[in-house]
Amino acid sequence: MTTTALKQVAASPARAPARRRGPRRWYRLVSPLALFAAWEVTSRTGLLPEEKVPAPSLVAQTGWRLATDGELTTHLLDSLTRALIGLGIGGSLAVVLAATAALLRLGDNAIDPPVQMARMLPHLGLVPLLIIWVGIGEELKISLVALGAFFPLYFNTYAGIRDIDQRLVEAAKTCGLNQWQRLRHVVLPGALPSLFLGLRLAIGAGWLSLVVGEQVNAQTGIGFLMMEAREFAQTDVVVFGLLVYALLGLLSDTLIRIAERRTLAWRRGLQAT
Amino acid sequence: MATRPASDLTVRVTGLRRTFGDTVVLDGADLTVGRGEVVALLGGSGSGKSTLLRALAGLDPDATGSIEVPDHYGVVFQEHRLLPWKRVAGNVALGLTGGDVRARAVEALTEVGLGDRGDAWPAELSGGQAQRVAVARALVREPELLLLDEPFGALDALTRLRMQQLLERLRQRHGFAALLVTHDVDEALLLADRALILEGGRIAEEIPVVLPRPRHQDDPGFGGLRRHLLDRLGVPAG
Repeated sequence: MTTTALKQVAASPARAPARRRGPRRWYRLVSPLALFAAWEVTSRTGLLPEEKVPAPSLVAQTGWRLATDGELTTHLLDSLTRALIGLGIGGSLAVVLAATAALLRLGDNAIDPPVQMARMLPHLGLVPLLIIWVGIGEELKISLVALGAFFPLYFNTYAGIRDIDQRLVEAAKTCGLNQWQRLRHVVLPGALPSLFLGLRLAIGAGWLSLVVGEQVNAQTGIGFLMMEAREFAQTDVVVFGLLVYALLGLLSDTLIRIAERRTLAWRRGLQAT
Repeated sequence: MATRPASDLTVRVTGLRRTFGDTVVLDGADLTVGRGEVVALLGGSGSGKSTLLRALAGLDPDATGSIEVPDHYGVVFQEHRLLPWKRVAGNVALGLTGGDVRARAVEALTEVGLGDRGDAWPAELSGGQAQRVAVARALVREPELLLLDEPFGALDALTRLRMQQLLERLRQRHGFAALLVTHDVDEALLLADRALILEGGRIAEEIPVVLPRPRHQDDPGFGGLRRHLLDRLGVPAG
């Protein structure tokens, strides 16, 4: 009797994950699909007025039209450029300042207090001030993205470096590693998980800032597409623009996660045990 | 800070002092380790054993006194302290310079019986295996001196015995000197040529361990020395 009981205990954990994984993904698709179906039906039957919320099929048609006549590509490229430049500027500034503050006492005293103060300012509320400072051109959009990306990356990099196990640094010291080598072999890889987390949050904040920035006097970009469509009451284009923003966010997040999984392969080793 | 000691000595420490606030942990400790000699450093909890070893390893800039250690030394801590983001061979090769780094790392791993685990992640190893990698990481630097801070203290009893035998074999083959910080009297008697008792911030007693090698707990003479050391460490016979 004891043997059978033991066998059952041993068998269940091995089988459980396999049984759970497959069908579970299926189930998770059901409710979004049902929502889409309900949306389509209510729009088609006129329950939802088309000028307020167009049917998904109509949004898809509009999207296809914009994609095939090349209009989408132009706007998408402009939005992407703004996001990349802003992220590049804000992100590299965040990493450099956070590393200086985390590694040097002088840097900590000089950099961290003003950053902590500035973090409490809602950066999207800075739009009027930014317009006075940098105007309403490209600089405004890029500054907003840079500001949005800066804070999450700064705080996560700082915390990532500070959380490194001091005992590992000591062990590296006894292996004869000098300060730069310790930075390269211990501090950087040790802070990398937090850096990736910061990057994901920064990209999210960057897109959000871009949405706001592109509604101020833009001549191109997804935001402009939406603002222009609003004036002509083209709700389908507005909804499609929103979807593009969402897809861009999703896509960039997935890319970062793939890069994360490749770079942090040692953590998979951790889970495997 | 650290300079090379005279030719017949590997380590010479004079007047080592270290205070934490008002607490004096090391109060002018003196000690020497000869060439190829294994010295065990015993002492109660909080007696400053690890503080002394950290000072010798160059990890304590606030310790004062004269410390002479060789250029090539290796340190093994109580925890393995392997970098989790480097594979085992990468950990062993950490900071190595010159050619054949990988080959030398694998060779050191082979010596501790892990020649085939070079590509594993540290997280995939057992506690004993990880500690053996830490020994390989110290060995690969061809040290004249090994500094061991309770290196097997966190291992289970059987693994600890195997590790002690391994260390003894490696010492015979490589002839390094070692300073072994431990609270395990049997470990000290199995491995050391000399046992030092750290008390009140100084070396309070020095006990030569004159027992034939290879040693065993059942050897005559072992029991008497063990009794004496335990008495000295404040654990009298019940």
